[in-house]
Amino acid sequence: MAASSETMLKKPHVGKKRKPPTRYWERTEEDGKNDGKKQKEGDNNEQTPQQNNTRTKKGGKRGGKRGGAGKKVISGKSDPFPGSAPVPEEKLKKFRRGVKGELPPRPQYKLRDVVIRSEAASDLAQKQNARYDLMLPEDAGFLEGDEDEDTCTISQDDIVDAVDITAGAKYFNLTLSQFGPYRLDYSKTGRHLLLGGRRGHVTCLDWQSKQLMCEMNVMETVNDVKWLHSEALFAVAQKKWLYIYDNKGIELHCIRKFNDVLRMQFLPYHFLLATASATGFLQYLDVSVGKEVVAICTKAGRLDVMAHNPHNAIIHLGHSNGTVTLWTPNQREPLVKMLCHQGGVRSVAVDKTGTYMVTSGMDKKLKVYDIRAYRPLQSYFLPAGASCLSLSQRGLLSAATGDIVQVYRDVWGIPVTKPYMAHRAKGSVWGVHFCPFEDVLGVGHGEGFTSMVVPGAGEPNFDGLDANPYRSAKQRQEWEVKALLEKIQPELIGLDPSQLSQVDHSTWEQRHEDRVQVLGFDPLAKEKFTPRLKTKGRSSSGKVEKRKKQVAHEDQRDVIRQTVEDRMKIDKERKEKEKKKAAAAGQKSALDRFRK
Amino acid sequence: RGMLSDSRVFDAYENRKSKSFIHIHAMKVKVLSRNPDDYVRETKLDIQRVPRNYDPSLHPFEVPREYTRALNATKLERVFAKPFLASLDGHRDGVNCMAKHPKSLSTMLSGSCDGEVVWNLTKRECVRTLQAHEGFVRGMVVRFCGTSFFTVGDDKTIKQWKMETPGYGEEEEPLNTILGKSVFTSIDHHQKEGVFVTCGQQVDIWDEQRSSPIRSFSWGVDSFSCVRFNPVETELLASCASDRSIVLYDMREATPLKKVIMNMRSNTLCWNPMEAYNFTCSNEDYNLYTYDMRYLDRPFTVHMDHVSAVLDVDYSPTGKEFVSASFDKTIRIFPKDSGHSRDVYHTKRMQHVISIKWSSDNKYILSASDEMNIRLWKANAAEKLGLLAPREKAAVNYSQKLKEKFQHHPQICRISRHRHLPKSIYSQTKELRVMKEARRRKERNVRKHSKPGSMPVVTEKEKHVVTVVK
Repeated sequence: MAASSETMLKKPHVGKKRKPPTRYWERTEEDGKNDGKKQKEGDNNEQTPQQNNTRTKKGGKRGGKRGGAGKKVISGKSDPFPGSAPVPEEKLKKFRRGVKGELPPRPQYKLRDVVIRSEAASDLAQKQNARYDLMLPEDAGFLEGDEDEDTCTISQDDIVDAVDITAGAKYFNLTLSQFGPYRLDYSKTGRHLLLGGRRGHVTCLDWQSKQLMCEMNVMETVNDVKWLHSEALFAVAQKKWLYIYDNKGIELHCIRKFNDVLRMQFLPYHFLLATASATGFLQYLDVSVGKEVVAICTKAGRLDVMAHNPHNAIIHLGHSNGTVTLWTPNQREPLVKMLCHQGGVRSVAVDKTGTYMVTSGMDKKLKVYDIRAYRPLQSYFLPAGASCLSLSQRGLLSAATGDIVQVYRDVWGIPVTKPYMAHRAKGSVWGVHFCPFEDVLGVGHGEGFTSMVVPGAGEPNFDGLDANPYRSAKQRQEWEVKALLEKIQPELIGLDPSQLSQVDHSTWEQRHEDRVQVLGFDPLAKEKFTPRLKTKGRSSSGKVEKRKKQVAHEDQRDVIRQTVEDRMKIDKERKEKEKKKAAAAGQKSALDRFRK
Repeated sequence: RGMLSDSRVFDAYENRKSKSFIHIHAMKVKVLSRNPDDYVRETKLDIQRVPRNYDPSLHPFEVPREYTRALNATKLERVFAKPFLASLDGHRDGVNCMAKHPKSLSTMLSGSCDGEVVWNLTKRECVRTLQAHEGFVRGMVVRFCGTSFFTVGDDKTIKQWKMETPGYGEEEEPLNTILGKSVFTSIDHHQKEGVFVTCGQQVDIWDEQRSSPIRSFSWGVDSFSCVRFNPVETELLASCASDRSIVLYDMREATPLKKVIMNMRSNTLCWNPMEAYNFTCSNEDYNLYTYDMRYLDRPFTVHMDHVSAVLDVDYSPTGKEFVSASFDKTIRIFPKDSGHSRDVYHTKRMQHVISIKWSSDNKYILSASDEMNIRLWKANAAEKLGLLAPREKAAVNYSQKLKEKFQHHPQICRISRHRHLPKSIYSQTKELRVMKEARRRKERNVRKHSKPGSMPVVTEKEKHVVTVVK
């Protein structure tokens, strides 16, 4: 702009002026304008001065907006970027919370002022968040093949060869053929890995530095393993009971109330460990106080398919009759029952935003549901059927079919025909899990564990106050205290987590009912009329009846009077309205004389 | 750091030329690979790096977590609500009146039933004692410049004293003494000029230079209990009379402006320092009434909660709240437009509270009571005193906002409203409620059985005003 403005300042002493170099920030608008003009006029000679005019005008406008920031200074230069930088609309949308309501009317000026101020504050916050989002340091990973090449044919070795050493080191195999097959879990920060072999081998390690934290054999069948809120504790569902170990492998608790547990899910913001057992019980353990919150008998047989919705902490259970049920600790019946498959359900996964649920069943189908509307979106047929499903933070789906792990991209968008990536593990796959904040998929199988690189799986930018993979011990301690302080009570789990902030538009009847329930009696209930006992024959049954009738009639009269008054009021209002309408209609027409 | 450059896009084709392989293809791949140096502090002396990402999907359960925080903040507020700071004892008789120093926050004057004392609040000690009057000191006020103060007492005198302590060997002498005809009950000083006003049998306006009043107002035979200058319209005055009336005057006119007569007598009144057309009076019928000076026919707000006569009232310098002292041995703080109190202070030993003052820095409340003590309270019971670190301040503001946001949730509302009350007051409150309900019921029944329209509905605000006289 500097160059262009200088040329503008100089009077064009030659008839034809050189066109100033275009800048990228001017390009789009000007191109559009130029095109339009070309089509209209088709005259090149006319164009140059006009274009010049438009630009000077625009410059003036912009300068006016920000109190002369875009104006020329003495040196003849002007600010090439006048005004505050624009924020893209999509970014703003990402940080929008709720919808703007209408402003209260002017007479309620105090409330109006409060609303205006708070909306201005939230707008500012939204804008600042969006700005900050533009400056996040890391970009997500990706994998693009050649023009006619499928990305699923690219092997792990190719990727490892192509990327840098540290990223390449994330592809590795652990050969543990003795106690497999393995189930696995990554900690919330994605730093630590927990492996549990079916025949009792339990180990946890810092998988990035490959440091072993503990390794042991519990000498019992291990059904599932799960990290608790931090990498200091983990739960192991063993043959009979649920055990809790610390990261040195010391058994801290054996919880005998939780028997025959097959699957576990941990709700990190509620500090709840949800377990599904072979006896059909769904149990919740509050790990911060060590108490069982609730045990729900689902009456649905053996529960070996389980997932949780990270958006609203609702537990999804898959059953052998093809249904998926949704549970909270506050209700003994399922919130929702969905018939998803014709055979049994083999695996369920829910995405991070709580919008999509992916299920796979014995009917060899893979289905995608919108769980806000409980609507099927896509249905795929996998020849071998998927045994384990896992969704990554950025929405990649991994499905294990036999010993092959396939990764799909955008399963809920346009129907997918080919997987994004595929990898053959050494044994049949027992558990898959995406690592948070890394482009890594952990695969537990019969011959051990494979960590495979899946570009574009993990969220590139973590939040340091929520889950920081690089946190120090001190930071972890502080985080733990904060997290415990804001532990959400299990009563607050529901389908819509934002319900708490909405205005409770309960009706008067509803409020009255609540009040009656709290008080134990109805404060507004009318006392039943009991006629006083009068002497000297005035309390004969006939007289008593008469008095009762009198009172009843009086009450009835009140009601009638009220309704009549109401009706008259409505009538009056209607008439006035009509009158106004007639007045508004105004002009008399010649045909009015025929009206009655 | 240079080795792991920001864009880790490698052209595999280039990479593999040297290697022997069968399948040649060109692919583009980027895998997340963070350099730990960007996320970990360099030395132990640095503060830890905390990269943020405000993406809402990384922060689920926003509302329930905020609610939990608000609940915790509300609970902590009740835990830290310890309003009592100090007791200033030294008077040998009940403390009857107090005065704030207009220039010095730490100085306060108190007058007892036998003499008077000047206090230093930061050290919580008595600085100076002087025997001002024989009998009660009825009222005192510091001159606007802060160099001298006036006292009135039961011995029918007005005395002016220097604020400075007399030097060694000097006698404690008043600067000026005026002998009046009757007992003075209250005194107030003009905001800018050397004029003050007293009341007793009548309202007198005095010039500091003269020994007789420059103007006297009386409206019927009555005695006055309190008179106050308006802090903004400095020529206006208001007084409470024993014939249940509140009278407004203009100093420049010969006659009073107007008066409102209420059902019961008002003890004291205080002008709102920010909206100076409003004043609040403390009444014998357990209530306080906020009036708009222009519309005296009904009070703006009726403040109820005390269970005995209200003896004194003082506004906070922000004009948003006021504090009242009552015969029921409690102090209550009311928001200016709320009908019920925000907080109540009491201690076991505090007797009938006679005088109350809100300090000029809006942080403290001083109460003087019958049992010879002056007590210092925090105006916000849970506030942390002293300097706050910026992060502390931010945390306080944040929790304040959260409490505000969730204040109507039943659980939070219940906790923040809960106050422990002495048993006598608790039972009296209940009794009053029953009485009120009974009265209301009776009225309803009477209305039901009388001719429609013959028993008009009288609102709570209209009930207490008898008439307005101009």
